[in-house]
Amino acid sequence: MTPRQKRMTMVAVLIAGVGVFITLLLMALNENINHFYGPKQVLAGEAPQDHSFRLGGLVVAGTVERDPNSLKITFDLTDTAESVKVQYEGILPDLFREGQGIVATGKMQGKIFLADEVLAKHDENYMPPEVADTLKEAGMTEHQGKKL
Amino acid sequence: MKLPAIVHKFSSPRNFYVMSGKLIPWFAWPCLILLVAGLYYGLIEAPADYQQGESYRIIFIHVPSAWMSMMIYMVMAIAGAIGLIWRIKMADIVASASAPIGAAFTFLALVTGSLWGKPMWGAWWVWDARLTSELILLFLYLGFIALQASIEDPRNAARAGAVLALVGVVNIPIIHYSVEWWSTLHQGATITKLDKPSIHISMLIPLLLMAVAFKLYYAASVLMRARSELLKREQNARWVREIVANES
Repeated sequence: MTPRQKRMTMVAVLIAGVGVFITLLLMALNENINHFYGPKQVLAGEAPQDHSFRLGGLVVAGTVERDPNSLKITFDLTDTAESVKVQYEGILPDLFREGQGIVATGKMQGKIFLADEVLAKHDENYMPPEVADTLKEAGMTEHQGKKL
Repeated sequence: MKLPAIVHKFSSPRNFYVMSGKLIPWFAWPCLILLVAGLYYGLIEAPADYQQGESYRIIFIHVPSAWMSMMIYMVMAIAGAIGLIWRIKMADIVASASAPIGAAFTFLALVTGSLWGKPMWGAWWVWDARLTSELILLFLYLGFIALQASIEDPRNAARAGAVLALVGVVNIPIIHYSVEWWSTLHQGATITKLDKPSIHISMLIPLLLMAVAFKLYYAASVLMRARSELLKREQNARWVREIVANES
């Protein structure tokens, strides 16, 4: 091997080595890198029981109930398979609405998720309001194809 | 494996200096025109978003910056590898000249994202996979700059920097696929996917104008930085004295 081929091999080995190492590391840590759990995982008991975690899902239309005398709000969060009831008191982000993807931080208490923070998850669709209206009229939802 | 002769010809210090001097205006002027057009169409002509209203317009800075942060890193790592394997001095200089520009774009992507995140998500910052891996990219750039600054001999500095840049390459696919591999608060890809872009054409055009303008900006500024670094390193060479004598 010429010195140049030697250096080339070293570079290739370096990249491949680091790549394999990081791949294995990420596979081992996979669960911990996920930012949130879905309702299905929570009901299956995969989420932590004793300390706080993040729950992500879509706000189910028609389940949002606001307490008229306070900032208390309850709503159902779904991953389209299962759903969990969420209770929260505080100011919601601008994007919070029915059908919106959100990520809430909090604890399970019985069957209710008590959230102390609610963040809105935006989707990757961008369009003018008129286009969104046309899509709606055509019977498609704004969130069609959204993946959580 | 041998590099084609033209690479060696272009990368000889003198030729690089002369050629890049001629190329810079061809990058800089179109960059300026596209930047003005992109900002005009993006901030004034493009309609508001159906959900985010006017706030979405930060996309015209945020997304091109984020693309640049990854592209410049790849240029830096590839130039580093070329310098490492073929011992081409110009490649080392291009790698060093790219780092501060890449770091600046990474910083811009993080800051604009954060400014958008507060009103839209409800938080300035979350530790999800996309945001964290982009932050690691900023640290890789800063580490590269600090490492090279701490080694006096330019050849050793180039070698050490190249190894660090190559180790960090693994982060680039992680940034790109983080939104697919893990559940993140950051949304998925709008344009850089095999599917058709999920953005309306009236918003897509200014975004692409800005993306090309940013690329031209990088091309012009990396050549300028490389030229001045080259003059510094070669200050005692005969060709530099000839050029200085001709220009003054």
